[in-house]
Amino acid sequence: MPRLIIESGHTERQYWHDLWRYRELFYVLAWRDISVRYKQTVVGVLWAVIQPLMVTLIFTFVFGRLAKMPSDGVPYPLWVFAATMPWQFFAASLAGASQSLVGNANLISKVYFPRLIVPAGAVVTTMVDLLISFGLFLLMMAWYHVLPTWRFIAIPFLMILAFMTALGPGLLITALNVKYRDFRYIIPFIIQIGIYISPVGWSSTMIQQNFPRWTWLYSLNPMVGVLDGFRWALLDGRGGISLPSFALSVAVTVFLVLLGTWYFRKTERTFADNI
Amino acid sequence: MSDIPIRVENLGKKYLLTHMGNRGHKKYTALRDVITEAAMAPFRSLRRRLGKTVEDEQPDSGSHEEFWALKDVSFEIERGEAVGIIGRNGAGKSTLLKLLSRITEPTTGRIEIEGQVASLLEVGTGFHPELTGRENIYLNGAILGMKRAEIKGKFDEIVAFAEVEKFLDTPVKHYSSGMYVRLAFAVAAHLEPDVLIVDEVLAVGDAEFQKKCLGKMKSVSEKDGRTVLFVSHNMQAIRQMCQRVIFLKQGKIVYAGDPHEAISGYLGQGVNAESHTAIDLTDYPRTRSIEGAVFLRMRFTDGHGQPATSVRLTDNLGVEMDIKVKKPLRQFNLSMAVVHGEGLRVFSEAYCDQHAMPDLAPGEYTLRFHIPMRFFKMESYFVALTLIENGKICDHVDGLLMPEIVDENPNLQMESQRWGVLRVPVTWDLIKPMKS
Repeated sequence: MPRLIIESGHTERQYWHDLWRYRELFYVLAWRDISVRYKQTVVGVLWAVIQPLMVTLIFTFVFGRLAKMPSDGVPYPLWVFAATMPWQFFAASLAGASQSLVGNANLISKVYFPRLIVPAGAVVTTMVDLLISFGLFLLMMAWYHVLPTWRFIAIPFLMILAFMTALGPGLLITALNVKYRDFRYIIPFIIQIGIYISPVGWSSTMIQQNFPRWTWLYSLNPMVGVLDGFRWALLDGRGGISLPSFALSVAVTVFLVLLGTWYFRKTERTFADNI
Repeated sequence: MSDIPIRVENLGKKYLLTHMGNRGHKKYTALRDVITEAAMAPFRSLRRRLGKTVEDEQPDSGSHEEFWALKDVSFEIERGEAVGIIGRNGAGKSTLLKLLSRITEPTTGRIEIEGQVASLLEVGTGFHPELTGRENIYLNGAILGMKRAEIKGKFDEIVAFAEVEKFLDTPVKHYSSGMYVRLAFAVAAHLEPDVLIVDEVLAVGDAEFQKKCLGKMKSVSEKDGRTVLFVSHNMQAIRQMCQRVIFLKQGKIVYAGDPHEAISGYLGQGVNAESHTAIDLTDYPRTRSIEGAVFLRMRFTDGHGQPATSVRLTDNLGVEMDIKVKKPLRQFNLSMAVVHGEGLRVFSEAYCDQHAMPDLAPGEYTLRFHIPMRFFKMESYFVALTLIENGKICDHVDGLLMPEIVDENPNLQMESQRWGVLRVPVTWDLIKPMKS
């Protein structure tokens, strides 16, 4: 029979074990969020399609037609969509994760489970949208008569990378948001600024050509690695990915995941008192 | 496997209360507060050095106060025992349950628990209104720690217990509150943990269903040999369920043992000749901070203004209290509530129900109101008092035991067989059929 000891500062040892034990709750909460989301909305699944489509349409017009940005020979809508997809995922995950704990406040103050489940579940939920828009991307490829290449095998790994990139800052903001409720106002700001400093409407090649000395600074943005990676995999190696820049972005992602997890774990024990 | 599945040693939980001055008590901090606080700190220390004490300042930048919700609590619970936990609001009952169910961490001491624990701090935790009854059974089950296969195996039993067969595929937002509660309790009742922790769940649902729940919980502890910890304000339920009762007061165990002993201790809190007539409220335990005005003392008087240790059913009970107004109050108001000894709120009234709300200058005042006793039963009742300024609570005290209610009317001997918390003098007429 399991023997549980509860005392101040003791939880760390049991935590990772508990995380595994509560995996079923993780599935159930993710399933709840997904099924509720598609139940409450009129157009349901269509939301996952409309959003990236609209962004693609506008970006195609503004950057492709008006500004005449280069797209490395790929049809511009495909070019933009390949990056819009992971960007939308990132934006939705960040927003979802940061609201998840406050949104589940009644659960947190009434039941014990490793709290990490909640924001992680929120990110997984938005992963469904990513998969749906990925299906849409395949349809668009067929429309433009573009064939997938061997580089497609990298996509599952890139999705994991996108997951990690959203999870790190997500955990950090979630934990901060429990204590300081004004942290959620940072998210729209990050997303608004982020779409301009990330290669969504343009390509990393342009940074490398115009500001070669500042490429490292630009690559500190973890989404640079994700977006470049997606373009590389989906569009047959185009999009101006470079190994040092990609490695730097991934390193920042790993750092943010570690920082986020550490801070989340540190503050987790007081969530029920603060929420 | 030992016979002591729960062992608690010197358990304590400390909270930091932040007094936010006029902004009221806030549960979370905004970043801007932290920044202002940090920015002001050098000025405060400067002022301190210039000879002013911190107490001179307005407490609006947030002063901290330690509050031990639970202190030095130790007990052991044997396997298969049903133990009740009683005490007034703020005595630490819920904190104890939260610690036992790992929702918050203790500040001091330790708890050892053997076996699987399920805690039921609220009925229907995590129920989602958009999901159907069927889906919510799985969701709620998982939240309470059941495996999917386990829920599947008991699904029919749960549905039958809740009596919601027909509405299984309807979203629970369309359920009546009775159905909702029944479904929620049914899921919880079919948990099979080694230790079950229950908080006041019986306060919901109709009388019939409450009985059913109580029966189920009793069988959980008696037949299945599971350990049950049960918090309630319902003394009737405690008496029926528990072999042992822990009575908490201000975060400490006052008594642990025989249920009757504990319950009479709880109901008779503060019973002594002196406190009946005049109660000093300056050191009286409070669950919230005082703001602007404070209760100093209170007295119970009989119909003639004399201090009373008992009151007749035919009399009015006078309640007098002295208050101190610390700063000018706008729109002053006082509300009172009467709570039955077994926890049910009977009624409440406020000064503003009958009078315009005055503005009060600083100083001491005495307030008095009278309660006609003819509707009361010969049982225990508590009074709660709240001072209010412009809708905000200044001070609140509760659990003030009313003097004993007496009467010589022999017809009232049957009263103990009537249920309810009030006695309404109904007029009866027996009419003889007219004969032609």
